[in-house]
Amino acid sequence: MKIRLAALAASVLCLAAGGASAQDARYLASVCANCHGTDGHSADSQGIPGLAGLAAPYFIEQMNAFRTGARQATVMHQLSKGFTDQQISLLADYFSKQKKN
Amino acid sequence: MDRFNSSRRRVVQALGAGSALGVLGACATQPAPMVSTKTLGRVLVVGAGYGGATAARYLKHWGGAAIEVVLIDRSPEFVSCPLSNLVLGGSRTIADQTVGYQGLRALGVTVIVDEVDAIDTSKKRVSLKKSGDQSYDRLVVSPGIDFNFGAVQGLDAEAQKTILHAWKAGQQTVDLRRQLESMPDGGVYVLSIPLAPYRCPPGPYERVCQVAHYFKAHKPRSKIIVLDANQGITSKGPLFTKVWNEQYKGMIDYQPTRNVVEVDARSRTAITEFGDRFRADVLNVLPPQMAGAIANKAGLVNANNRWCQVDWMTLESTAATNVHVLGDATLSAPAMPKSGHMANQHGKAVAAAIVEIMNGRAPQPAMMTNTCYSFVDDRNVIHVASVHHYDAEKKTIVAVPGAGGVSAAPNTLEGTYANAWAKNIWKDMFA
Repeated sequence: MKIRLAALAASVLCLAAGGASAQDARYLASVCANCHGTDGHSADSQGIPGLAGLAAPYFIEQMNAFRTGARQATVMHQLSKGFTDQQISLLADYFSKQKKN
Repeated sequence: MDRFNSSRRRVVQALGAGSALGVLGACATQPAPMVSTKTLGRVLVVGAGYGGATAARYLKHWGGAAIEVVLIDRSPEFVSCPLSNLVLGGSRTIADQTVGYQGLRALGVTVIVDEVDAIDTSKKRVSLKKSGDQSYDRLVVSPGIDFNFGAVQGLDAEAQKTILHAWKAGQQTVDLRRQLESMPDGGVYVLSIPLAPYRCPPGPYERVCQVAHYFKAHKPRSKIIVLDANQGITSKGPLFTKVWNEQYKGMIDYQPTRNVVEVDARSRTAITEFGDRFRADVLNVLPPQMAGAIANKAGLVNANNRWCQVDWMTLESTAATNVHVLGDATLSAPAMPKSGHMANQHGKAVAAAIVEIMNGRAPQPAMMTNTCYSFVDDRNVIHVASVHHYDAEKKTIVAVPGAGGVSAAPNTLEGTYANAWAKNIWKDMFA
């Protein structure tokens, strides 16, 4: 948890500095768009939930629950394992700042 | 410009790009993004499929008015290959698979429906059949695949009228469905699968399920013979085998290492390299594949005389500068499938790289995911998924160890997800 917080703090600092990380976050988040919609706006939220507007701590908690198996899934338990803590923090921050559908 | 870019790339590598640290490294060293209304450049995108349409959409999404984006395709609308096997099974129509370009036009993408005649990478110019010449600062070539019909003796232009591939969705998909509808109960459908790599690894096996699903309901005495040039099912093997043995018991005769090298169109017979003959009522041949012909014409095919090699940091061609190649046409990175989902990820990687380069920043390597859903009937679905990242040492994209996998069993929840996937990815491509 300490490591995760550190990563989150680093990413927040980075964003605050207005560096390239703002772009990195949007590029990284586009990886999720195939299923969850562009910038997390699902075109079929009954089928696959959107991610836009999710609170960052909730997003991180859910991704970790997928990774540990605490939350059952068809595919997210497999995909979530491909992302680092830092990447998950970046994603959480990015999606939390997108307006909900 | 090129020297500038390669020196940028070296800086990125020195920073340890590809690792999570690369992100922070970039933060620490890169200047703040400039907000500017001046034009940064003109990008031509050839091919409005999963790769090209995504690239065009995201160049606008991220590049805004500063980057002029022109998308060229010979087809007046997009028809999706993913889910098109369901047209054969009867639960979708080709209209369900079709998306127009109006969303992209509304975003400011110039869409030209025309055929590319020639690409001159030294003059940075693309010649169109009807609309004249177009110049570019950066070119994105996303031509998909073409077929090596010559690899199957007898599959000439005349034979191609009756022996279909339906491996590019559209009229062929509709025509193959008609052939299946016209076939009498008790008939034989023969599908031949080429050696990998080919477009959509699980696609042929999904097709077998869809044809079996149709036969089971409407022509239960019919048979399916699968002639696979590969040594076994190339994707989701145990899952497909189980479905065939249980749900479609007694209907499917799967034969590995049967490489079809010849057809006799008149008797609808497939002939393997060892001379075995299989007569069909409906013969569906997937010929060996290669990068779309325009890539070859442009001099971008430089791997095994079939595929286009790219630098996986930027997806820039290794054969020409300022030219990026995406999707099925590329020589795939290790464990990377030729899929629509993956081509969409390529499109974003290219868009990000071009936006960064045109803004004078160093492009960062992209993460990519893949999720391929296969319908085993009209509702139940299985998937294969993977995550891919850039390996700075190997200078390519590799699968992230420990991530990815397949479904435990066919299920309807993933059927819902697969349909939502289609809606979301098509909207992601076409806005």
